[in-house]
Amino acid sequence: MFRSEAALPLGLLAPTLIYLGLLILLPVAQAVTLSFQAADGSFGLDAYRKMWSDQAFTEAFRNTILLIVAIVPLQMVLALSMALLIHSRFPGHGAFLYIYALPLAISDLAAGIVWLAMFTDQGYLNTILQGLGLIKEPIAYLSYENLQWIFIAVVVAESWRATAIVLVILLAGLQLIPRDYFEAAEVFGANRIRRTLSVVLPMLRPSLQSALIIRTIFAFQVFGVVLALAGRQLPVLGYEAYDWYYNNRNEHIAAAFATLILVLTIAVTIVYMRLLRVRETEIAR
Amino acid sequence: MTAIAAPAVRRTASRRVIVDRILLYGAAGFLALWTLFPIYLIALAAFSERTAIYDYPKALLPTRFSADTMSFFVNSTGVLSSLRNSVIVALGTIVLGLLIGTPAGYALARFSFPGRGFIQVGVLISKMFPIAILSIPLAVTFIQIGLYDTLQGVIIIHTAMVLPFIVIVTAGVFLGVSRELEEAATTLGTSRFGAFVRVALPLALPGLAAAAIFTFVTSWNEVFAATILTVRNTTLPAQVLGALNISPLYFRFAGGFFLIIPSLFFIFFMRRYLFNLWGPGR
Repeated sequence: MFRSEAALPLGLLAPTLIYLGLLILLPVAQAVTLSFQAADGSFGLDAYRKMWSDQAFTEAFRNTILLIVAIVPLQMVLALSMALLIHSRFPGHGAFLYIYALPLAISDLAAGIVWLAMFTDQGYLNTILQGLGLIKEPIAYLSYENLQWIFIAVVVAESWRATAIVLVILLAGLQLIPRDYFEAAEVFGANRIRRTLSVVLPMLRPSLQSALIIRTIFAFQVFGVVLALAGRQLPVLGYEAYDWYYNNRNEHIAAAFATLILVLTIAVTIVYMRLLRVRETEIAR
Repeated sequence: MTAIAAPAVRRTASRRVIVDRILLYGAAGFLALWTLFPIYLIALAAFSERTAIYDYPKALLPTRFSADTMSFFVNSTGVLSSLRNSVIVALGTIVLGLLIGTPAGYALARFSFPGRGFIQVGVLISKMFPIAILSIPLAVTFIQIGLYDTLQGVIIIHTAMVLPFIVIVTAGVFLGVSRELEEAATTLGTSRFGAFVRVALPLALPGLAAAAIFTFVTSWNEVFAATILTVRNTTLPAQVLGALNISPLYFRFAGGFFLIIPSLFFIFFMRRYLFNLWGPGR
């Protein structure tokens, strides 16, 4: 490193710090202020009261939590399987990594549309299931009568898309485990599944934790994939924030929803950190 | 005894290897199919005749191949202009983000100074704020200062979203560029800025290109802020989102496939930097 004169590095960092201050910290403070303001500018809990009594609120809250509970574990299992397979370095693993990582840069809106082609009435899933003789007639998965199917469609689409991010985090963690550990376990006759459970998982803990935290907090923002597959039939918190601002032109209630998402994000991060005893540098990945 | 037992052991061992291999490739192939098949099907839907959307059962092979659906999508009102907007916003975000973020990444990679760790953690935490809480107050502010429904406004918020990533990636890139070369240049009489521009920057170019590609895809994909901050002057995903309820299925499928296109090339360029972006090891 160059000799440290604090002025130069701070000068280089200043634009970033000012920008993030102006466009992240300031809007957050503004949003919280907006949420405690009524349309006439007076302060109070009016927006929160309206948010609370909004008929979609309970449903949106419940759906968002249920989606997280369904999606996050599924992604962890899928990504862990992919990561362990790739890490065994079998011939051709490079091509498989490329394939598994493809959804990494697919947006949740696009993922929702991809799975819409699957789940729509005259879509590919009905074609395949009927072709295999598993169903007698097409199922209307995305109809309002089949809320459980709409929910499953969103879970599948979101798991399909965001597993890739978890995969990359876990693979990076696997690469930090010295090869010797795997070989030692082999010499002592541990079979593959026991080896995985007893040797790899504990050492992979930091990566599993950061993947868990990142996926959970971003799942609170779920939006595009739900809108593409379910429209308004499956309200979620992100959609309510959008709807109150974009369609109802009420920035106060929209800000209340946004603040709720932020509070949930912070709460989950703190709970995870307490439960898993994560250091702050680990969550910051 | 041993002479008889040894081939038997070897035979069971080699059979186990074969079974292992079958299980391995079976599992790997199944997961690959799970990832690839939906992409194949959306491409199939996007490149079939428009009327094929109403076929049932659907053809699983491209029997009704046609560019009809895609050209309908591209020529629909608002699509071309929003596509142009998306490209402008993404390129603008790359320029603004790299201009602001590269010096910061360089500083974190090259200098030790008081508060360095604190700043590093602060930058990392700033990428965790929900986009909803940023875009709603910004919409209010942008209306007041005349940036609402402009591409500049979208560029500004997209830059805020990617800036932490750019700082992290460029810091990693400059850590990989030999410091000694730069010091050698300064001892030969170049200013430190000259050494940065002539020595460090050219060596860091591939890494900066990766940061640019990441920025492009992030901006291209972002739909919440783009929808909140614009009305008519919108980006492609916001255009597709706005049309979800009022457009025929073939429009949505073509739009979905169109939105995916950049991501199909993303990994190809990013493989070396994947772990830099999401992994530990900084």
